Amino acid sequence: MVASDRKYTKDHEWVLAEGESATVGVTEYAAHELGDVVFLELPEVGTVVAQGEAVGTIETVKSVEDLFSPVGGEVIAVNEAVLDAPETVNQDPLEAGWLFKVRIEDRSEMDELLSADDYDALIGG
Amino acid sequence: MVPFAGFEMPVQYRGVLAEHAAVRERVGLFDITHMGEILASGPGVEAWLDGLCTNRVAGLPDGKVVYTAMCRPDGGVLDDMLIYRLGREDWMIVCNASNHDKIAAWVAARAAGAAGVTLDDASDRTAMIAVQGPEAAALTCRLAALAGSADALDALDFYTAFVLPRPGGRWIVSRTGYTGERGYELYVPNADALPLWEELLALGGDLGVEPIGLAARDTLRFEPAYCLYGHELSEDWTPLEAGIGWAVRLKDREFVGREALQRQKDAGLPRRLVGLEVAAPDAAGRDRPAPIARQGAPVFCGDAPAGFVTSGTKSPTLGRSLALALVDAGCDPARLTVEIRDRRHPVRVVPYPFLAARVKGDPRAAR
Repeated sequence: MVASDRKYTKDHEWVLAEGESATVGVTEYAAHELGDVVFLELPEVGTVVAQGEAVGTIETVKSVEDLFSPVGGEVIAVNEAVLDAPETVNQDPLEAGWLFKVRIEDRSEMDELLSADDYDALIGG
Repeated sequence: MVPFAGFEMPVQYRGVLAEHAAVRERVGLFDITHMGEILASGPGVEAWLDGLCTNRVAGLPDGKVVYTAMCRPDGGVLDDMLIYRLGREDWMIVCNASNHDKIAAWVAARAAGAAGVTLDDASDRTAMIAVQGPEAAALTCRLAALAGSADALDALDFYTAFVLPRPGGRWIVSRTGYTGERGYELYVPNADALPLWEELLALGGDLGVEPIGLAARDTLRFEPAYCLYGHELSEDWTPLEAGIGWAVRLKDREFVGREALQRQKDAGLPRRLVGLEVAAPDAAGRDRPAPIARQGAPVFCGDAPAGFVTSGTKSPTLGRSLALALVDAGCDPARLTVEIRDRRHPVRVVPYPFLAARVKGDPRAAR
């Protein structure tokens, strides 16, 4: 069962809304499927991103995948620690391995995301 | 599992980094049955084969293995391979699966007019298992089939082989590999392969043995900078440019491609294989994780195109983003950059092998 305190996307990212801030990371399922993360490109603080926009990349020994912003708004923080230690994404994808935070522009975008139950079904949980 | 040269190949079992570490620190098993084995027999083989190989194979002692390339007349590399001299008239060519059909046709065409050369393509009936890592000797000598060959196994030097007669057809055991670690490669009849694989896994439990997939096979060969055909080697450039000039013996020999290679050597190499490290220093000059420069990534010298990456990965052992690249001669190393996802990244030219191979010496010696 996936964590029920947050929302999900079909691209295997999670979003945790706290007030007007949304924290974004990749799911445990994604972290496992991707394999060992060796490099991350994250958006710069201050960038305004749209929902679904490709804002960065996550690179493993095997492949390079796009990171998307699940909600639109201004990027207000990025996790500098994972840039220095990308393996954190594999070790603790839901907490220490968070990637970036967005100031939510339009709350209704949160409603378009998958619930924990929907995401659990998506990954065959 | 992925399709590869007509075989279904495992990309990974437990994960690339875990499997890579297992071979560097303990011992790993590779099912490399896809490799091609072409047997050549007869009194004419020695001279005939020497005329096809960039490295010298004439005059080898029995049981010797040699790494070589076969080239086209223009010096382009058809494939790289191992040549086994099992006996004076008993030889084996071990080529890449991806080039098997090409090499089988190439040698068959050249054997047609040669006296005393009989070819037998044994690829479909021969399985190949590699045992690699610091504990490879400890594991291999436990095999029941090798119980009477402990001395032969102990005496096996790097790049030598012996033949083991078996009820279902002979085994060939060689001290060779593609990881930079001590290890063995075992050629066995297909029917012996699965029991051998299972025996190795069962016998090596206390040694930490595990199966290794294609992905870790690639990172393991990359660190000691062993060439991979289709990456560092191609019909489009020569073995000299690819950095395997040590396997090209031009003196007092005739072989297909020799004149072209001699000409290139005399004129100076137009480009050469270099080692690169993708650098991502922060404001304080401290290195941060850098992206991987993968095959095909363009290399620039200042603003001018200067070559391309042939292989690149984050070295699991060294934790650095490293690459091999074919770069024009005369480039100023200080001005090189590599383009990754539309961005130019500074690179440092670094010597390769990135990690020294630990293949020689007494296999039983303490690490």
